[in-house]
This record gives sequence, C-alpha cells and structure tokens, in this order.
Amino acid sequence: MLETPLHDWHVAHKAKMAPFAGWDMPIQYEDGILAEHAHTRNAASIFDICHMAQFIVKGDKAAELLRKAVSHNLDTLAIGKCRYGFLLTEEGTVIDDLIVYHLAENHYFLVVNAGCADKDFETLVKRLGKENIENISPKSGKIDLQGPKSLEVLEDLTKQNFHDLKYFSFTHIEYKGHKILVSRTGYTGELGYELYCPREAVLTLWEDLLSHELVKPAGLGARDTLRLECGLALYGHELNEEHTVAESNLAGMLTSEADYVGKAAAKEVKHDLLVPLKLEGRRTVRNGDLVIKEAGSEEVIGKIASGSFAPSLGYAIAFAFVKKEFADKESFVLKAGRNELTAQKTTAPFFTTGTARIKLS
Amino acid sequence: MNNPENLLYAESHEWLKVEGKEGVIGITDFAQDSLGDITFIDLPQVGDTFSKGQEMGTVESVKAASDIYMPCDCKVIAVNDKAIDNPESVNKDPYGEGWLIRVEITGSTDGLLNAQDYAGKCVH
Repeated sequence: MLETPLHDWHVAHKAKMAPFAGWDMPIQYEDGILAEHAHTRNAASIFDICHMAQFIVKGDKAAELLRKAVSHNLDTLAIGKCRYGFLLTEEGTVIDDLIVYHLAENHYFLVVNAGCADKDFETLVKRLGKENIENISPKSGKIDLQGPKSLEVLEDLTKQNFHDLKYFSFTHIEYKGHKILVSRTGYTGELGYELYCPREAVLTLWEDLLSHELVKPAGLGARDTLRLECGLALYGHELNEEHTVAESNLAGMLTSEADYVGKAAAKEVKHDLLVPLKLEGRRTVRNGDLVIKEAGSEEVIGKIASGSFAPSLGYAIAFAFVKKEFADKESFVLKAGRNELTAQKTTAPFFTTGTARIKLS
Repeated sequence: MNNPENLLYAESHEWLKVEGKEGVIGITDFAQDSLGDITFIDLPQVGDTFSKGQEMGTVESVKAASDIYMPCDCKVIAVNDKAIDNPESVNKDPYGEGWLIRVEITGSTDGLLNAQDYAGKCVH
C-alpha cells in the first residue's frame, strides 16, 4: 500500500488508518469524526491530501489541446485562476473530476483523484501527446487547510496578506525556502486553502500549521461528511463512467464552447438522475442501498450514491441515482438491509451556511 | 480496552451485568471504539422477548452500521431512551450512561465470557 510523507506522523498520533484508493490513509484521529467535522465548521482543520495526483500540462499547443481534452471552459480562465470540471469518455460519462489551474500561457496544473490517476494520465497522454504532460505526483504534496479561521492561520504562519485572494484563485509563495501554491479552494464548504508543496516540505508545513492554536488534524471520515453536506460530488459515488454529467446533475458546469471529448453526450440525461434526499431521522442509508418504488415493493428504481448522518444538520442525507421517469417524485422509499426508510427530495447543498465563498476584501 | 471484571461478555461484543433475575445490556468499549462516533441507535420495545443470539437492535456510526445481538434469553423491561437521544453517551461511557436495555433473564448465561477471555476476542 502507498504511504504519504505524513504516514508515520498519523500512526504516531494514533490515527485510525484504512486503505483508500491504494493508499493507507487516516480516517480519523483520537477526537473522532464528529469532533473533527465540528472543528472544521468552527475553526480550522488540516487534511493530508498527498494521495491526490498532480499533472503539469505544458507546450506550445497546450491550451488548444487541453480545451478539447477536458470539459473546463479554458477560454475564460485567466492566469491565476482555477476551475472545476471533468475528463469525459466519448459517451459523455465521467472518467474523473479535476481542477485545472492556469499557471501561465500554455502552462496548466491539473489535480486529479488518487484512484483515477493512472487512467487519467493514460487518457490525457492520448489526447495531449506524451511530450505535453508530466506526472509530478511523486515529488509533490498537498495539505488542505479548511475552516472559517483558515485565513487567520495562513496569515499568521506566512506573515503575508491573503485577503485579496478570491475563491478559485491561487498564488505562489516562498515558505522556508520551498515554493508553495496557495489556492483558495477546498472540499468542505468552508473558507479554506489547498496548499501544494514539494514532497520534502510536507512534514514541516504540517507541523507548523498544527502549532497554531486554532488548528487540528482531520481525517478522510470528516472530509466525507463535510463534502456531502455541501453537496460536493465524490468520484465513484456521484460521478462515474456509467453516468453522464447531466445525470449527475452537473450539466450547468458545461459552459466551454470548445469541441471537447464527450461534449454533446454529457448534456443528455439517458437513464438516471441524481436526486438529493433528506431522511426523516438520524438513521442513514449508504452507498449501494436501494431506492424502491413504494413501501414493501420489490421494484428497484434507484441506488444510493452516498449517504450519511449529517453532523451539522442533525439528520441523515443522501444522493441517489433514480431512474429518470421516477426522478420527479417528492418522496422516496429507501431500502437499507431489511429496513425501509422514507426520504424527501431536497436541494443540494444540504448545508447552506458554509463560509467557502465569503468576501474577504 | 476497558473490560470490567464484574460483567459477562458475548463474542459479538455485547456485555451483560447480572443483577439477580435481571440484567443490564450494552455494547463493549471495543465495539464502540471500532464503530467510531455513534450517530443512531435502534432498540427493541419494552415487553419484547428474545432468545440468546437473536438480533435485537442496530448501532450506526458515521462510517459503519452494526447489529446488536441478545446475550441471553430474556424479556425487555426498560430501554435507555437517553442513549437513543444522545448516542455519543455510548462512546463516552459504554458500561455506564451508555447502557442500552434492562431485561428479565429467562434462560442460562452459560457460554458468555469473563473479562479475560473476552479480551482475547478483541482483535481488529
């Protein structure tokens, strides 16, 4: 199993470790998922995200090639900005979701999911040419600093002003001799920063961040409850190669005018539609549980993509892929093992008072 | 892990405290630690009767769900509603405030383990 540069730190600090996309990752520390979740909503947490893969796309024709390879609207993406989007199959289904950073003219930085890294790289080599793409993951690291106090933490640590760094913008800083890309983005719905640094700088940066009194570590367990509450998709759950972008209810992101792979098909709802659901109590459903036509019915009309007790809301929430002819229903019956639970259709994000987009200047 | 000496244990990680003809039942420290933060508890009704090994409830955490099995033949005489309302009490105090049900024991408790023998079953 693969290990991040912080693996020994996690083990020494009694994290519960588990396999994730081939990596041995911390699911939670001693405080537990609920406490880590609350701390991220109220103060600031750091997450070891060194498992995610990082690619550089560079070359005379990089912009022209990349705008046809991914769904991101690169024509309106200024240098210093980044954008979320998809790498698609010819059928408009999702190979991966990723962020593209515009570093300089014909020079881009791509951040992709750990579990998809190999197929992504293979696909991009075919679409861009191997001379135009480099996998820098082995020498790169990533720490996410997330929570309403993360600006204060970042400014205290670096002695620099980040008030002017807007949502989905980034800048480079020098920290203890290391070049760090600071991006105002994240996966928690809170104000936060993703810090990209050389692998050898990860441990120092992690320990320096933790020395701040407002900061605690958080694991992948809290990362999952935080992202789900904010309606953010997780690859392999809300996004996959079986569903188009429109079926995952994200067609609104497809604004690029370029003729990119999968474009027309991605906007079609073929079979299913992703529906956000609010359950009646604390009892939850989980990935793979079923949506049935009515109480007691054997007829399956959908499948749960993600489900969890939502700590900030006090009840359980879920995303389900439902057959499109049933997607207009307001109420659904879910089947978890022998139990049937009722759920009401709601809107995502489920948790709406996060600080991610707040104006700082 | 903390396994008090005065309790009996099932291999499926429930504990039973015998008090004359009655018993108090909960899940063990090892069980709550393995589950992580508990978010939901489903328990039987007062008056329900069970045989040993029968499923009697469910405990859900953020990351997992686990069934609870009855450690002996019994009839439920009280349910800890406070634990249902505050599932975190089972994490904090699994042998005290986090007890789950009180029962009238109607069968044998043979086959349950003492604290030392149960400790040997607590492996992830």
